[in-house]
Amino acid sequence: MSAAPTPKVNRLGLEVLNYKGSKTTLCAGCGHNSISERIVECFYEMGVDPMMVAKFSGIGCSSKSPAYFLGLSHGFNGVHGRMPAIATGALLANRNLIGLGVTGDGDTASIGIGQFMHLVRRNMPMIYVIEDNGVYGLTKGQFSATADMGSTAKSGAANALPPFDCCALALRWGATLVARSFSGDKKQLQTVLKTAIAHKGLAVIDVISPCVTFNDHAGSTKSYSYIKDHEEPLHELDFVPFFEDISVEIGEGEIRDVRMHDGSSLRIRKIDREYDPTDRGKAMSALEQAERDGEVLTGVLYVNTSQPTFIEQLEMMDEPLATLPESKVRPSRAALEDAMEELR
Amino acid sequence: MSTLEVSPAEPLSGNSRHSITNDFSIQVATANGSGSQTANTVLMRSIFQMGIPVSGKNMFPSNISGLPTWFTIRASKKGYIGRRKEIDILVAMNPETAREDVMKLGSGAAVVYDEPLKLNELRGDLHFYPVPFDKLVAAVCPEAKLRKLVKNMLYDGVLAKLLSIEMDEVRQALVKQFGQKKAKAAELNWNAAQAGYEFAEKNLLKTDPYRVERMNATAGKIIIDGNSACALGAMFAGVTVVAWYPITPSSTLVESLAVYLKRFRMDPETGKATYAVVQAEDELASIGMALGAGWAGARSMTATSGPGISLMSEFIGLGYYAEAPAVIYNVERVGPATGLPTRTQQGDLLTTAILSHGDTQHPMYFPCSPEECFTMSSEAFDLAERFQTPVFVMTDLDLGMNNWMADPFPYPEKPIDRGKVLTAEDIERLGGFARYRDVDGDGVGYRTLPGTRHPSAAYFTRGSGHNDKAQYSEREDDYINNLDRLSHKFDVMRSHVAAPEIHLREKAEIGFIAIGTSDYAVRESCDQLETEHGIPASYFRVRAYPFNDQLKDFIRRHSRVYVVDQNRDAQLLSLMRLELDAELIAKLRSVRYYGGLPLDARTVTDEVVKQEGK
Ligand SMILES: Cc1ncc(C[n+]2csc(CCOP(=O)(O)OP(=O)(O)O)c2C)c(N)n1
Ligand code: SF4
Ligand SMILES: [Mg+2]
Repeated sequence: MSAAPTPKVNRLGLEVLNYKGSKTTLCAGCGHNSISERIVECFYEMGVDPMMVAKFSGIGCSSKSPAYFLGLSHGFNGVHGRMPAIATGALLANRNLIGLGVTGDGDTASIGIGQFMHLVRRNMPMIYVIEDNGVYGLTKGQFSATADMGSTAKSGAANALPPFDCCALALRWGATLVARSFSGDKKQLQTVLKTAIAHKGLAVIDVISPCVTFNDHAGSTKSYSYIKDHEEPLHELDFVPFFEDISVEIGEGEIRDVRMHDGSSLRIRKIDREYDPTDRGKAMSALEQAERDGEVLTGVLYVNTSQPTFIEQLEMMDEPLATLPESKVRPSRAALEDAMEELR
Repeated sequence: MSTLEVSPAEPLSGNSRHSITNDFSIQVATANGSGSQTANTVLMRSIFQMGIPVSGKNMFPSNISGLPTWFTIRASKKGYIGRRKEIDILVAMNPETAREDVMKLGSGAAVVYDEPLKLNELRGDLHFYPVPFDKLVAAVCPEAKLRKLVKNMLYDGVLAKLLSIEMDEVRQALVKQFGQKKAKAAELNWNAAQAGYEFAEKNLLKTDPYRVERMNATAGKIIIDGNSACALGAMFAGVTVVAWYPITPSSTLVESLAVYLKRFRMDPETGKATYAVVQAEDELASIGMALGAGWAGARSMTATSGPGISLMSEFIGLGYYAEAPAVIYNVERVGPATGLPTRTQQGDLLTTAILSHGDTQHPMYFPCSPEECFTMSSEAFDLAERFQTPVFVMTDLDLGMNNWMADPFPYPEKPIDRGKVLTAEDIERLGGFARYRDVDGDGVGYRTLPGTRHPSAAYFTRGSGHNDKAQYSEREDDYINNLDRLSHKFDVMRSHVAAPEIHLREKAEIGFIAIGTSDYAVRESCDQLETEHGIPASYFRVRAYPFNDQLKDFIRRHSRVYVVDQNRDAQLLSLMRLELDAELIAKLRSVRYYGGLPLDARTVTDEVVKQEGK
């Protein structure tokens, strides 16, 4: 008689099943589904307590996806483009929460560009994943503000306006981890997500995530085949979590370790260019150069592990404000008497 | 009412034969940015310190410098502190408006004016007191740069002499105003006040009848603006997350709150803040933050005014439908659009009651005084968490930004009510929960907070259709059940929100219904109607929405009921129409004022007398 195989568990003793959500209702083959799968794997492998995660999203196909991962986490699917405000409020209420925002390019770069920029400016500690397909999927394929100039719609119409590069915006105005990846690049996306989990400030990850229904045709610059042809990885990435032995095999090539806040390491191996992800100025020029060359740079564009977060700046108590007892939040009778006396 | 005709039977020179004590209004006309605030506050305070009920109202323009500003002070031995339409004493400092201001006065008023303006040439039926302000200020303030700032204190001195305000009280009010730290500024101002007093003593012969005499009607009372009172209310209600975007007239609410929080809400053990205040990028963000914080368990709030309310509309619908608590202070100003940003109105009632698309309903509190700003704040935060919904505290510019005499605030005795929140232990015991199921019959489900460590604690909050387990649903029955439960929940609130204040007068055929700052005018008008016209009137002050059932009884009891609205479209009356039977609606009549100034009793009385056909 053979014993039932013991299920694989992570360092918290949880199975990967504990990180799944309900069944996706997005189109088969949608890039967003792959991203959901990577989120499940990474939160499982990193041993993140799902009950301490709060998921946030706006409106769109992408913004629906938080229902499809981390079912043990609370989620808030808010209004179109205004997820940053909801997330900011919730994270101020409970600073122990691990904030995970998922949004679309329409949600972030059009209706939500203002809130996005201010989230960036505050370096609000959370993970902010933009599932970028260059179109509004949910409203059936209109161009979004990240669609490249000249990229064509299914109807053949070409986009006439230049795109916002959400990475460039995040980089320039204060996000402390900025990365671009591709929903089809399983390993890189995993590494980037894990790095984001280990990061203490705002991590903005722009993931090219093709919409198979409205933007995967020839002439689109956000199709699977276009990205496969034009993706230009900055480096090869590995992630060594703090709970694993760091001295594991180092292969050929030049290696650089970036030490994350929680003690994990982002291990960067040079491919064919010198790239220092801790230099913001160089990151900016690399993005500009890539735009001129028609390349899609992927990898960790920028990481800054020392900048204080918005929550640190507010000098709040360590305990969540949400559950402070009355004795901490209602001043004494004497305090009221003081306040009254000076108004007499 | 103003007239240029002078009655020869009443010469205005020489000592007046009668005197009017502790019952007059002063209007100070200056230009914005001329530093008159100190002088006006000190003047008001001095009268207050002499024990006389007093109110001060600032009518200021929406700019920083140069446009006309009027400050009116009313002293009333009977305790009427609403605005009085008639001006008894004018202090004319602004050359641009001086002529018009003088022409508007009723016969027999007194005018203190800047001598070069030669206002005495305009009319013969007023008491004129010329004062050479520039000459006097030069003598007491060698530094030319500061003269503009202390010049106004001269009229405080002049008025002290003319009205018999005790100079000791002026001095004490000055010290209060400047505090110990700015002793030099206080001294400079004191010198100016004294110079004004001495000038008046030597050069002005009092001919008007107005005077102040010490009373004992303000002992123990405080002076505070409604915004600061709301701030104190929120702080003692235990607010933890505040998100806001500046807009007149609500900005000072949060600014004052931030100062109080810093002083009273730093944790004594760790020295860390027990709160977070965020100046958001706009009102879309401030309400979003407040709702996100409320969802995660904070006592959260924002404060705004008309344009901000309009912007918040989409999020408020989310708060209603997803059932997240937050308190929104709406300090109303004159709309539509930018409107008159520095004038007062109750113009957002209808908008707020059903803010956002689809079927929505929101509770509102209507404080009428600083005391109620304070006490209703705690009630609003409790209601928001108990009923898991956005709750509005509706004040207006008059209440929010003007200084009011008030009773000191009572310490909140009721423990904070955090509503139906399940902990991990609760969930363990219950074996799970359905977020939107009406277990208790009050329409309110149980919620969990993110970060609750139990595998069955999480639920997914969304603004799209959902069933009682918070699962996505587009089913007709799920949708209808949900909306009906929300409607029932709103009904249950009727008996939880603040009860009305009812004054029944014997044999009254008519009644008043009013909210908020209309209170002062209505109460005074009740007296005017009774004493001047023999019409007794009852009064029902609505203190919250949804309306309490007593409203119907009140209307039934009276033949005609005047609903007082500080807006053009009779919004309070319209709200009643939405739920009252035709037979009761038929009894309602409308008294409306929407000119942007605080409502005064005379306007109300005149309108009622007209409609009563008397
Ligand atoms: C205020 C508002 N305006 C418009 C919409 C309609 N709408 C829903 S989703 C969407 C665009 C979503 O695009 P994106 O964020 O790129 O998500 P995707 O579906 O492509 O993943 C729009 C315009 C809305 N929900 N709310
Ligand atoms: S429409 Fe596009 S974005 Fe939406 S689910 Fe389908 S493939 Fe994904
Ligand atoms: Mg999109």
